[in-house]
Amino acid sequence: MSTPYAKLPAWADYGLIPLINLSVAFIVAGFVVMLVGENPFRAAVILVEGAFGRGTGIAFTLFYATTFIFTGLSVAVAAHCSLFNIGTEGQAYIGGLGIALVCLSFDSVLPWWVIFPIAIVAAAAFGALWGLIPAYLQAKRGSHIVITTIMFNFIAASAMVYLLVGALKPAGSQAPQTRNFLAGAELPKLNWVIELFGAKIRSAPLNICFLLALVMAFLVWLLIWRTRLGYEMRTYGHSPKAARYAGISETRIIITAMMISGALAGMMALNPVMGDQHNVAIDFVSGAGYVGIAVALMGRLHPVGIVLAAILFGMLYQGGAELAFEMPAISRDMIVIIQGLVILFAGALEHMFRPYIQALFASVSPKSVGMQAVKGTGA
Amino acid sequence: MAQAAIELIGINKSFGAVRANRDINLEVERGTIHGIVGENGAGKSTLMSILYGFYQADSGEIRVGGKPVSIHTSNDAIALGIGMVHQHFMLVDNFTVLENVILGAESDALLKSSITKARSELDRLEREYGLEVDPDAVIEELPVGLQQRVEILKALYRGAEILILDEPTGVLTPAEADHLFRILKQLKDQGKTIVLITHKLREIMAITDTVSVMRQGTMVATRTTKETTVGELAELMVGRRVLLRVEKGQSEAGAVKLSVKNLTVKDQRGVTMVDDVSFDVRGGEIVGIAGVAGNGQSELLEAISGIRHAVSGEVMLDGKPIDLTGKADPGELRDRGLAHVPEDRHHVGLVLAFEENENSILGYHDDERYLKGPFLDVDAIMADAKDKIEKYDIRPTNPRLKTANFSGGNQQKIVLAREMEQDPGVLIVGQPTRGVDVGAIEFIHKRLIAMRDQGKAVLVVSVELDEIRSLSDRILVMFAGRVVGERGPDATEGELGLLMAGVEHQEAAE
Repeated sequence: MSTPYAKLPAWADYGLIPLINLSVAFIVAGFVVMLVGENPFRAAVILVEGAFGRGTGIAFTLFYATTFIFTGLSVAVAAHCSLFNIGTEGQAYIGGLGIALVCLSFDSVLPWWVIFPIAIVAAAAFGALWGLIPAYLQAKRGSHIVITTIMFNFIAASAMVYLLVGALKPAGSQAPQTRNFLAGAELPKLNWVIELFGAKIRSAPLNICFLLALVMAFLVWLLIWRTRLGYEMRTYGHSPKAARYAGISETRIIITAMMISGALAGMMALNPVMGDQHNVAIDFVSGAGYVGIAVALMGRLHPVGIVLAAILFGMLYQGGAELAFEMPAISRDMIVIIQGLVILFAGALEHMFRPYIQALFASVSPKSVGMQAVKGTGA
Repeated sequence: MAQAAIELIGINKSFGAVRANRDINLEVERGTIHGIVGENGAGKSTLMSILYGFYQADSGEIRVGGKPVSIHTSNDAIALGIGMVHQHFMLVDNFTVLENVILGAESDALLKSSITKARSELDRLEREYGLEVDPDAVIEELPVGLQQRVEILKALYRGAEILILDEPTGVLTPAEADHLFRILKQLKDQGKTIVLITHKLREIMAITDTVSVMRQGTMVATRTTKETTVGELAELMVGRRVLLRVEKGQSEAGAVKLSVKNLTVKDQRGVTMVDDVSFDVRGGEIVGIAGVAGNGQSELLEAISGIRHAVSGEVMLDGKPIDLTGKADPGELRDRGLAHVPEDRHHVGLVLAFEENENSILGYHDDERYLKGPFLDVDAIMADAKDKIEKYDIRPTNPRLKTANFSGGNQQKIVLAREMEQDPGVLIVGQPTRGVDVGAIEFIHKRLIAMRDQGKAVLVVSVELDEIRSLSDRILVMFAGRVVGERGPDATEGELGLLMAGVEHQEAAE
C-alpha cells in the first residue's frame, strides 16, 4: 500500500522554492539592516549594484563565484555518494600547498601555460590525498566522515601555519606566507571579456580559472550522470544495500568519491593563489569550503544549479563588500550575518516552505503535482 | 436492519491526477465484521486513512452512528470511537505493554496514576476478550502475534467501538492468525464493529459477514460473505477472470545446480539465524521455502547470493564453491549464472530514486552491452529497458520515469525482467509477490514456471503458503533457522502450518 505523495513540477522545485527561500532570507536580512538604522531598500540597491553595476564589480563577483563553483562541486560529488564532505576547506588549503610547491619550483624557468597544467595536477592530487585519509577511515573503520573531515580541517590549518611560518616563508620576511611567484606562475586575466561588452575594469582578479571551473562543472555532470563510476556512486548514495547487491565495493566507491571530491576542492586553490595573490598566505581559503556546502545544497547537487548558486554567493561577497564601504553602520560582520541567513534559509531550512507550496499547488492545480499516469492500471 | 456503525457517502479523494477514491459509498453494520478487498492501489488504504483522519476527503460525507462527523486528525477518530491497527506496528520496542498502551493517553503529568488506572482497565479488557498479554512484558521480547494484540489493546483502551485492521495477518503464522480471528469474533460478539482490510480472500471467507470489493478507486461490489465465492471476489477485484492457481506440468528435474551443505549464518549480534541447513536445487525444479517471516529465510538467501557472511558450511553453484566469507563479489556470481530477486525490492533490488532504465541494469552495469568505455551507453540502456518493458508488460511504459512512481507489481516486474533476461542457470527469488496485485501475481508465477520448464533451477522463499504450494515441486519448511521438514507439492496447509510453527509448539495450533 503505497502512500501517494505530492510532487512539484520541475520549475517549482528548481526555481520557485530556491527563490522563495532566498526572498525570505533577504526579508529577514532587511529587518536586520533596519535594526541598525539603515534603509534596507537602499542597502539592497547598493548590494546588487556593487555586484553587477560596473565591470569591476562583475569581474569580482565572478572571481568569487569561481572559488565557490569548485568547492560546491566538491561537496556535491561526495554528496551524490551520500558522503557529507565537510573537509572541502582543509582539502583546498592543502591543495594550495601543492600549488605552492609547483610554482616555487618552476616559476623562474617555465611559462604559465606549462606550469598551469602541472599546478592543476598538483592541486588535485594534494586535495585528493587529504580526502583519502578520512575516506579510508570511513570505509575500513567506520569512522564517521563528518567528524574526520572536520578534524582534518584543523590538521590542515595547523600544518599550513607550521609550514608558512617555517619552511615556506622566505628568510627575513615577517609575513606568514610564501614569497610572491614570478610572472611564470601568474594566470592570464579574463577582464578583457567583460570589457568586450563595453564595461570598464580598473583592476580585478577574474582569471582563466573561471573557465576551468565551468569545464569542471561539465565534467562533473558527465561523471555523475553518464559514467559507470557515477552510476555506482549514485547507487551507493541512494542505497548502500542496493550497491552491495549490485556488486559495488563499498570501500572502493567511498574512497574514489572522496578523492574526486578532494581533488575538486584542491583545485579551488588555483583561483586565489595563481590567479590573484600570487603567493600562498595563511588562511587563504577563508571559509570558501563551508560556503561550498551551501552552494551545493542550494544548487540541488546539480552542476548547473551549483554554478548559479556560486554566482549568487559571489554577488553576496562582492556586493557585501561594497555595502560595508557605503554604509558605515553596516560592518563586515553584518555582511556575514546576511550570508549566514542565505545559507540558513537556502541550505539548512531548504525544505521549510515545501509542504505549504505543495499544498498550494495541490489545491490550485492538482494536475501539476499529480503522479500523472504513473500508476499502472493494475497490470 | 441494525443501525449502521459507519456510513461513507460519496467519498472522493484525488492525489493530483490520480483519483484514489471515486464516489465511494460504504455502510458497515454495527456488530459485524466487514471485509474490504482490492488490489494494491485500489484505494483501500486511502479510504481507511480518510476515515481515520490522515487525509481529508475532497467531497463526501462520513457518518458515525448515524451522525454526520468531520474527522481532521486521528484524535478526532479516536474520540468517535474509531481505532486502527496498522500493518506496521506503531509500538515503542523497549517499552512494556502497559507503557505502550498509555502512550499518548496519559491522564496526568506524573505517570504513576495513569499506570495504576491503566493496569486495572487492561485487566478487564484482557479478561473480556481473551487477549492474554502480560502487561509488564517488554515489546521487543514478544512474538509478532502478541505485539499485534497490544495494538488491539491500545485501540480498545482508547474506547474504540469500531476497529480497523490493515492487512493484519501478513506477519502471522496460520496458528497466530487463527487466534487473531478468534479474538475478532469475540470482539464482534461484544458488539464491536470490525473493518478488515486484506488481500487474502480466504480470510475474508473465513471470518467476515459482509465484504466490499474495491477496484481502481471505486467500490465495485458489496456482498454477503455467505453468498459469494473466492472466484467471484477475485474476478471483481481484477475485473476479469483470474487463475488462482497456476497450471504447471510435471517437473523434469535434471542435474544439481545449487547445493547447500551445513550452512550456518549468524547475524550482527551473533544470533544464529540459519542453523546447519542443507538442500539441493536441481535444474528444472522449483524448490519453495515456507516459513513465518524472520525464521532465517532472508539470511539464507543473502548468504547464498554472496551478500552475507556465513559462519560455516558450503554452497556450490554448478559444482563450484561460492565464497561465503561475505566478501564474494555478487557481480562474479552473476557471471556464473546466479540471478537473485531480493525480498526487499525497495532498498536492495531497486534504487527507487532512479529512473526505470537505470534500475534495469542494476548489478549488470559492468556488462559491455551497456558501456562505451567508462561511459554508460545511454542508447543501448534505453533500448534494452524498452524491450523489457514490452516483454514483461511493465506499466507505465516510460523508461525515464522514476521507479518510485511505479506500483508494487510493476516494480517487482522490473526486477524480475532484469534478472530473468540475463538467462541465469539458477534463479533465487525472495517473496516473489509481496505487495503485488492479483493480476501481476498470475503473470509472475507463470514466468517462474516458464523458467523452470527451460531447465533452470529456481529457489523461492515466500511467507505466503498458497504461493509456495502452487509453485513448488518440493517444499522445505524453515523454523528458527533450521529446515524442519520437506514435503511434496500436495502437502496440506495444516501440515505445513504445524511445521512452520515448530513441531514442539503443536499445542498452539490445536
